[in-house]
This record gives sequence, C-alpha cells and structure tokens, in this order.
Amino acid sequence: MNVKLSLKVNGKAVEADVDPRTLLVQFLRDHLHLTGTHVGCDTGQCGACTIHLNGRAVKSCNLLAVQAQGAEVTTIEGLAAPNGDMHPMQAAFKECHGLQCGFCTPGMVMSATALLKDNPKPTEEQIRAGLDGNFCRCTGYHNIVKAVQTCAGGR
Amino acid sequence: MYAFQYHRPASLGEAATLLGKLGDGKALAGGQTLVAAMKLRLAQPSDLVDLGGIAELAGIQADGDALVIGALTRHADVAASADVRKRIPALAHLAGGIGDRQVRAAGTLGGSIANNDPAADYPAGVLGLGASVVTSQRSLGADEFFKGLYETALKPGELIKSVSFPVPKRAGYAKFANPASRFALIGVFVSQAASGAVRVAVTGAGNGVFRSAELEKALTASFTPDAAGAVKVPAGSCNGDLHASAEYRAHLVSVMAKRAVAAALG
Repeated sequence: MNVKLSLKVNGKAVEADVDPRTLLVQFLRDHLHLTGTHVGCDTGQCGACTIHLNGRAVKSCNLLAVQAQGAEVTTIEGLAAPNGDMHPMQAAFKECHGLQCGFCTPGMVMSATALLKDNPKPTEEQIRAGLDGNFCRCTGYHNIVKAVQTCAGGR
Repeated sequence: MYAFQYHRPASLGEAATLLGKLGDGKALAGGQTLVAAMKLRLAQPSDLVDLGGIAELAGIQADGDALVIGALTRHADVAASADVRKRIPALAHLAGGIGDRQVRAAGTLGGSIANNDPAADYPAGVLGLGASVVTSQRSLGADEFFKGLYETALKPGELIKSVSFPVPKRAGYAKFANPASRFALIGVFVSQAASGAVRVAVTGAGNGVFRSAELEKALTASFTPDAAGAVKVPAGSCNGDLHASAEYRAHLVSVMAKRAVAAALG
C-alpha cells in the first residue's frame, strides 16, 4: 500500500504517493528528477548519494523515502544561490581542482558543507576523518582536502 | 527489496502493540543495517514499524549517577553531547567512531544493540559499563541482554526505550577498526566503577560481545596498561575469518585492552 509523503526538498514543499520500499535516492532521482545526487556503490559505503536531511549529511541510498517524512532535504541542486552563483564549497572545489571524473563530487560537496557547519575551522586530519564516508577513486583526495581548507579559510 | 506494509506509530505503546500482532514485522530505527539488508533481500519483513515518528525515544538525560540515552538517539548526538563527553567521555568516543559521519547521523543506539552485530561498538559500551536496557516491558541488565550472534533477550513485540549508563569512575574504549567497514576487528571497553569494580567487554572477537574474566581479574589487581597488556587471551575464545586469524584477534584483545586502560587513565 502506498504512503503519502510530504517533505521539503531544496526549500520547496513536495507531496507524493510512494511505495514504501522506495529509497530516498530513488525518490530524489527518479520521482523528482534531481539527478545530481549519484548512486555509486548502492550499498551505503561510497557516499556519492550524500544529501542533507534536516541539515545533516546522510546517505540517501541507505534510507527509505518515508524516513524523510516531514523533513527538510537539501540536494546538490539546492546549494547554489538562486541566481546561479556557486556555493563557496562548489567554488572551492572548482578553484582547487578537487575533482577529476566528478562522479563523487556531489556527495563530497554535501559532506564537506555539513562538516564545516559542525566544525568551521577543521584541521587537515579532521577534514580527512570527516570525509571518511565518501570515496573518490580519481584524485587521491589531496585536492579535495585542499578545497575544504580553502572554503574554511574563506579564500 | 521485497514489498512490505509500512506503519508509522506516534507512541512506543502503539509500536509495541503493532509489532506484537504482526507476524514478520520489524522495527525500523535509523535503518543503517536493516535497509541495507532489505536491499540485498537478506531480510524480508512483512511489515516495517518505523519508530522515527516517536519523539519520546530520542534524547539524553542525566538521572542521578546515570546517563539515560533514548533508544532513537543518533550516534552523532551521543558523540557531540556535552553531558556524555563530560560524564562518560569513553562512550562519546565510542559513538564518534562508529561507521562514518553519514552513518552516525542516521544510526541509533537502540538499533545497534537490538541488532547485536558481533563486531558492533555499542554492545561493548553497554556491557562494559554494566548499563541497563529499559524496554517497553522491563529493565534488563547488560549481562542478560546480549545473547550471542545477532541475538538479544528481547521478546517479540518488545522494544527498547532507553539505555541507562551508570557513570563510572573512569572508562576507556579502544578499537582496531576494519579499514573498509569501520566495524571492530577488535574493540575493548574497560570501566572502573566508583566502587572499584572493573568490567571489560570485548567486541569483534567471537559470536557476540563478551566479558573477559582474565582481563577483569588482572585489572582489578592493578588498573594499569601494563597489567592489561600482560594478559594472554586464549585464541580459542576468538573467531578467525578472512579479515584476521583467531590468534591475531586474541593478540589484539590485550593490545586494545592496554590502549583502553591508557585512555581511561587519561
């Protein structure tokens, strides 16, 4: 039996009728067509599907859409300013070349923004530990860490 | 994932009643293990009773000489709690080392101990501190709660409400994490109560968390890292698998116990 779901996604109220086994990432990508959130491993390990649920970074492939009942969800599409200006973290990833193929990038950016919210001036070690739940198979993480440091430094 | 009926009760009583009458129903807390198992079709509940709408289940409260943590309190909240960091810093450290940041933002205390994964962190903290598990029906001591591989004393329809952790004189937790999953290859939680009583709980070694009588005896005589390090744990008490042999795990138990005592002594 379908479930009535009502939540906020990127600031907009969303009402839907979903099969309860719908994963949050399926709901975002297939129902709302917000395909910036990626499915990498689909087993809750790689973090490519990271979004913010009530302000916290979580893996949307490892949650049911119904678990976001009444919640506020932010995806990578919701980070930039309405006029299209990049979020400072997105700008820092661009400036520091914190990506190569780009597949992990939406999840990295969502994790990194949540990390700085909790700890605005992290050490390099804290950044590396804080991004433990996100895999990048291209960059060796070096420029990703640099991007987070750049964003934290306000440069 | 197989189809299921979804329920979102507003109270613990309603959730317990539902689970009591639904044949193959399962309670959904943070879902960090259950949702993954359902995706792989390793779990096939007929019904899911989502506890996420029950506000009374989350939160941390001081209650005399104990800290009472609600079953639906997320790992990240325990790790960041000023109360927990001040009164049982070892528990905050344990919660802050579970999985990764995203898992800690969703996973819950009650979900972890109800699942009783043999390599999970929380069972070591609950057993190592001699905590009480308060359910919808009764209060269970940690020693009677954990029953081995993924088994607990919980009866069908019985739900965890909170866990009451007695504040120890000192405590420490050290784990050698599996580099991929961050589950404990070996995790050791040591505590010394105000009375002087020592408890040592080991996770990751066997078919479920257990207390080490050898380590408790050694640390009761002398609560020092060297006393813990001198204990030779028999390999027969540990499992071997592709991640580590039984001998290696047994060796790690005394090494982690030594580090946990050092952490407890600050």
